Amino acid sequence: MNPPPVIELRGIGTRFGSQVIHRDIDLRVDSGQILALVGGSGSGKTTLLREILGLLQPSAGSVHLFGVDLADPDSGRQRATRRRLGMLFQQGALYSALSVFDNIAFPLRELRCLDEDWIRRLVHLKLGMVELAPADGNLMPAELSGGMVKRVALARALALEPELLLLDEPTAGLDPERSKQFVALIAALQQALGLTVMMVTHDLETLSKLATHVAALAEQRLIACGPKAEVMASDHPFIREFFANDGWKTALMAAHGK
Amino acid sequence: MIDPPRLQVESGQAVLSGHWTLAAMLPELAALRQQLNVAGEEARRWDLSRLERLDSAAAVLLWRTWRNAWPAALDISPLHRQVLERVADLPPTLPAGAPPRFNPVEVLGSQVLRLLAHARGMVALFGQVLLDLVYLVRHPREFPLRELSANIYKAGAQALPVTALVGFLIGVTLSYLSALQLRSLGADVFIVNILGISIIRELGPVLVAVMVAGRSGSAMTAQIGVMRVTEEIDALSVMGVSRSQRVALPKIIGLTLAMPLIVLWTSAVALLGGMLAAMLQLDLSLHYFIESLPRTVPVANVYIGLGKGVVFGFVVALVACHFGLRVRPDTESLSTNTTRSVVTAITSVILVDALFAIFTRHLGVPTL
Repeated sequence: MNPPPVIELRGIGTRFGSQVIHRDIDLRVDSGQILALVGGSGSGKTTLLREILGLLQPSAGSVHLFGVDLADPDSGRQRATRRRLGMLFQQGALYSALSVFDNIAFPLRELRCLDEDWIRRLVHLKLGMVELAPADGNLMPAELSGGMVKRVALARALALEPELLLLDEPTAGLDPERSKQFVALIAALQQALGLTVMMVTHDLETLSKLATHVAALAEQRLIACGPKAEVMASDHPFIREFFANDGWKTALMAAHGK
Repeated sequence: MIDPPRLQVESGQAVLSGHWTLAAMLPELAALRQQLNVAGEEARRWDLSRLERLDSAAAVLLWRTWRNAWPAALDISPLHRQVLERVADLPPTLPAGAPPRFNPVEVLGSQVLRLLAHARGMVALFGQVLLDLVYLVRHPREFPLRELSANIYKAGAQALPVTALVGFLIGVTLSYLSALQLRSLGADVFIVNILGISIIRELGPVLVAVMVAGRSGSAMTAQIGVMRVTEEIDALSVMGVSRSQRVALPKIIGLTLAMPLIVLWTSAVALLGGMLAAMLQLDLSLHYFIESLPRTVPVANVYIGLGKGVVFGFVVALVACHFGLRVRPDTESLSTNTTRSVVTAITSVILVDALFAIFTRHLGVPTL
């Protein structure tokens, strides 16, 4: 028996009032894939992500995570499904009143069956995973730099060792060097933990370094979805436009003799 | 679909199989920990080669079962060994957060220092607003008129219904309770003195100040606080707009202007309520009440009431702006400062009211 796909969208449609965002979107992400969702600004990438997270109810269609329908009325099964995914919000969404340590410990404490020593060790493991020092645990979110916020948020998203990691613009707001490090970090963690990753991104470099699969949203539909090379070879005008931006980067690199 | 974590102990050998992950362990965590404890006592060899998954939560659990040391004999795949190695590499004494200390002298000292810091901050804000006023008098074109009118409308005009309702009810209550006492003494006509002096001079201004502190003061602190959190205040500074001039000044001037008007309105409505209650309870005609009010209540009381309104409005807005500007960018600080703003505003109003009572004790007291 094959395991069910990690994410499965069936016929998703979204509209706000008379404004149609998505029409009839089908998407399937299997275990171990790293899917990048691309699209222009306002094409509804984040909306789709929020629907996968269950923060927004699609107007039509259904979302299945690990084979469980998100609209499943059984709240216990819902909660169990949610524990299997971690989310990295674009701004981090750290709890500003809690220290870094308590932010990462929060989902662990919510389980209400781990003792403090266990939680302390786990939090320090996660801090180590995202390459932060144990002493950073005492800082408050307001004292962190942008890159550290992302790292702490990633550590929190990984606290319950999810099988699925969702990323919203993981490298937005980081300088190129930081963003390269962060991408490498996500790639290493994905390898080590065997994660399935779905990310929304604008950054071509992130996409080319990290993604195995690409899905492109345009004109309210999923115009392409599949392995990265296949999608990049597609001749849809939006995709050509999107990846054409890579052209000047290659040119720049060539000019520098790299 | 997912094999639950399993543990078997046979003749000194513990065999683990299935998914050893937090999610899979949760349903039967207590039983599993008990089994592990028993196994930790008995087993000499550990066979982990049949594990399907091992996450760090389970690795910590195993490591603690082994009392923070590698077991004598261990069968494990290299991948899972890495997970355990990460747990093993944790420093044995992990830095915990600073232990909470309680020292009464230190607490008292820090409280006093904080109080002084707030007093200093408010004086500094007051000074800044005065400097801004001087600047605006010399550059009248830059006066933030739109903000000022918006503040007068929000804190003044929109507060009229609720202050009227409360004022009316207080007037009725006061009149009704006094009437019961006065009638037993046969001193019915003194209801005019009692209501006139108490409402115009004392109750009206204090009542309004308390209501406005709760209604507009908290709103001002929260608004400035959120502007701090979202860095709007910083954006203003960057554009060369003084935050005290554009944010604090219109609020302080607005409330200082609006408050005496609300006081006048509320006192009038409270007197109306008292009048009606007196008419129903003591058969005192409205005509008599209105006619004898100026005779029994010297006009100085009205000025004192209005003066209190000006000062209270200024105090409430100054306190609200001070605490709003002190909000640090986190949610806890926002709620703490909003609470402090309202509590401090009401306390200061009562304090100032006591000062008023002392310094105006010879003014406006009717001579019988």
